[in-house]
Amino acid sequence: MIGRRARQIFQTPASHAANGAGLGAADDKTILSVEKLTISFDGFTVLNELDFSMKYGEMRFLIGPNGAGKTTLIDSITGKSKPDRGRIVFDGGTDLTRQQEHRLVRLGIGRKFQTPSIFGSLTVYQNLEVALGFRNRITSLFGGIRSRESDRIMATLEEVALVDRASEVAGSLSHGEKQWLEIGMLLVQEPKLLLMDEPVAGMTRREREKTGELLQSIGSTRSVLVVEHDMEFVRRFAQTVTVLHLGKVLSEGDMETVQRDPEVVRAYLGHGASGNRTVAESSQPRRGTAAGV
Amino acid sequence: MISRLSLPNAVKGLPLPSWLGDVASVWLAPILVLAALVAAPLLLSDFRVALLGKFLTFAILAMSLNLIWGYAGMLSLGHGVFFGLGGYAMAMFLKLESAGGKLPDFMFWSGLTELPFFWAPFQYAWIAIPMTFVVPAALAGGLGYLVFRSRITGVYFALITQALALIVSILFIGQQPYTGGTNGITNYTTIFGFAINSPTTQIVLYYATLATLALTYLLCAWLIASRFGRLLVAMRDDENRVRFSGYNPAALKTIVFALSAGIAGVAGALFTPQVGIISPTMMGIVPSIEIAIWVAVGGRGVLLGAIVGAILVNGAKSGLSESFPAIWQYFLGLLFIGAVLVFPSGIMGLLRGEGWRRPEWLAADRLPGFAARVLPGVKR
Ligand SMILES: Nc1ncnc2c1ncn2[C@@H]1O[C@H](COP(=O)(O)OP(=O)(O)OP(=O)(O)O)[C@@H](O)[C@H]1O
Ligand SMILES: [Mg+2]
Repeated sequence: MIGRRARQIFQTPASHAANGAGLGAADDKTILSVEKLTISFDGFTVLNELDFSMKYGEMRFLIGPNGAGKTTLIDSITGKSKPDRGRIVFDGGTDLTRQQEHRLVRLGIGRKFQTPSIFGSLTVYQNLEVALGFRNRITSLFGGIRSRESDRIMATLEEVALVDRASEVAGSLSHGEKQWLEIGMLLVQEPKLLLMDEPVAGMTRREREKTGELLQSIGSTRSVLVVEHDMEFVRRFAQTVTVLHLGKVLSEGDMETVQRDPEVVRAYLGHGASGNRTVAESSQPRRGTAAGV
Repeated sequence: MISRLSLPNAVKGLPLPSWLGDVASVWLAPILVLAALVAAPLLLSDFRVALLGKFLTFAILAMSLNLIWGYAGMLSLGHGVFFGLGGYAMAMFLKLESAGGKLPDFMFWSGLTELPFFWAPFQYAWIAIPMTFVVPAALAGGLGYLVFRSRITGVYFALITQALALIVSILFIGQQPYTGGTNGITNYTTIFGFAINSPTTQIVLYYATLATLALTYLLCAWLIASRFGRLLVAMRDDENRVRFSGYNPAALKTIVFALSAGIAGVAGALFTPQVGIISPTMMGIVPSIEIAIWVAVGGRGVLLGAIVGAILVNGAKSGLSESFPAIWQYFLGLLFIGAVLVFPSGIMGLLRGEGWRRPEWLAADRLPGFAARVLPGVKR
């Protein structure tokens, strides 16, 4: 139900304009290209000469055992971790590795954190208002909101099914609603690339279903990278899956292929022995770990 | 909601049209406070009016701290410095006017024969008065930019501003020929040609302070209600999300810190002529902490709270320290702990019917979080 509504909203000219540039350029279909990326913390190599790329309009799922480096990869794309070596090329030319976080957002990269990251004492509407204002000059922040902007906020609220909650204080939302609000805060900025770290962690089955539909509709018009542990969820919503292990891409393809890859089975079994889940294992969402944030 | 003082219970009971109710719930309390302060000189002795005038400068100062602490979550323990710098800028003007073209007395005693070059511009009111805002704002802007760019927040920011208070007060004590040293700058005779100690001048200064207070209130109310104000609250809630929403928190914080320091400086400029002296004691660590106490007691994150807190705490201080000088310090400490632990929204929170809460660290095994509670609004 959200899905259909969202899809309708995405047919607006504005959102096409946001994505159109990349889609039009036939010779360059790659929105993100990670080249020989190496990151280590205190001598421990977390990402090891990692090569990874995504196309415009693609929705990609990233899986892998705990500590594989998934969050670190997202950190480095969003400027939170500075790599030792390697490049990250975005949207036909910009190297992301030397840029400040807020500049990357301005380039069109939105990030959802593993634990909901919202402004608890502002209302739901004001959360989106803050998110939307990021392109404004600082002086315009002293004026009122324009009606075009408030239309955009309402449309986004509809998309993430929070219209009824617009004037409530965000801190009082349920966990799942907070996750949606954060997704809404990204959508209202119309990013070219969305990075989501475990968006359904801690959600009920019903909420996961809704979120999956929302992701699908978002993914139909822009590039989305989703890190997820919940294999049932991945199986249900993923087309292409990349498996990360020990800071390298272990396998890539559709879920079927990846699941049958002996290397993947071995990687997960190795971890399964120490109490973590296996690729075949299923539905309960894993609880967020401190390292994953 | 956060910015507004509402007296919902008082107002909602009345049969008013709803828009009037809305206006009243926002403006009723500030207007009542303003009316009381306007009427005060008619009812109080000259001595009490002078005291109240001083408290009003503290109220402006408290509002400046409330802006950054109550809304943006940055606790500065060095606001006495900015207040002091504004006070000194004004004192330089008054001193030069009183000296009537001669060298100010304390310079002569320290062996100077010529007016230092940086003193000269302060003989002109049109330079000195803007400087009471500009000098502290520039210092805060410069320091703030360096600190915020390095992502120093919370307790570390509080400690750095406290170090600033220490450094600046020592610097001012040490530079006797230029600053008057420990004694500060005092003995003014006139302001704009009027005898500074005459009751009429003092009443005029009182109302000038009250007008500045009202203007500062309006400025803050407007700022808080704007999108910029919401960004401040957003930074208090989750600075990282602000950054990952495409803003540069360092720039935003620098702006609001500089603005806050400038307002504190203006408060200092109004303090000097009413009290007749500015000295390094005003810039030390203790006064800077007291400012935070006024805000905490009055109500952090409530505009009127800072004003109420500054006036009541200082009123209690002069009342109590006249009769029981030894007890005052303990009382102040208890007041602060009470405000922080039991009445987190201070007096304004109580008036709004938020009541008190049982401290969480008493309720459960929350003692590790105790440190965080002691400095509310300081994150991590
Ligand atoms: N800032 C840091 N300092 C030191 N080590 C770190 C840091 N960030 C991550 N690591 C380490 O890097 C490894 C990869 O961490 P990362 O969070 O990227 O894994 P992940 O694939 O997201 O795991 P999870 O599934 O648990 O979220 C872990 O061993 C982690 O301990
Ligand atoms: Mg992780």
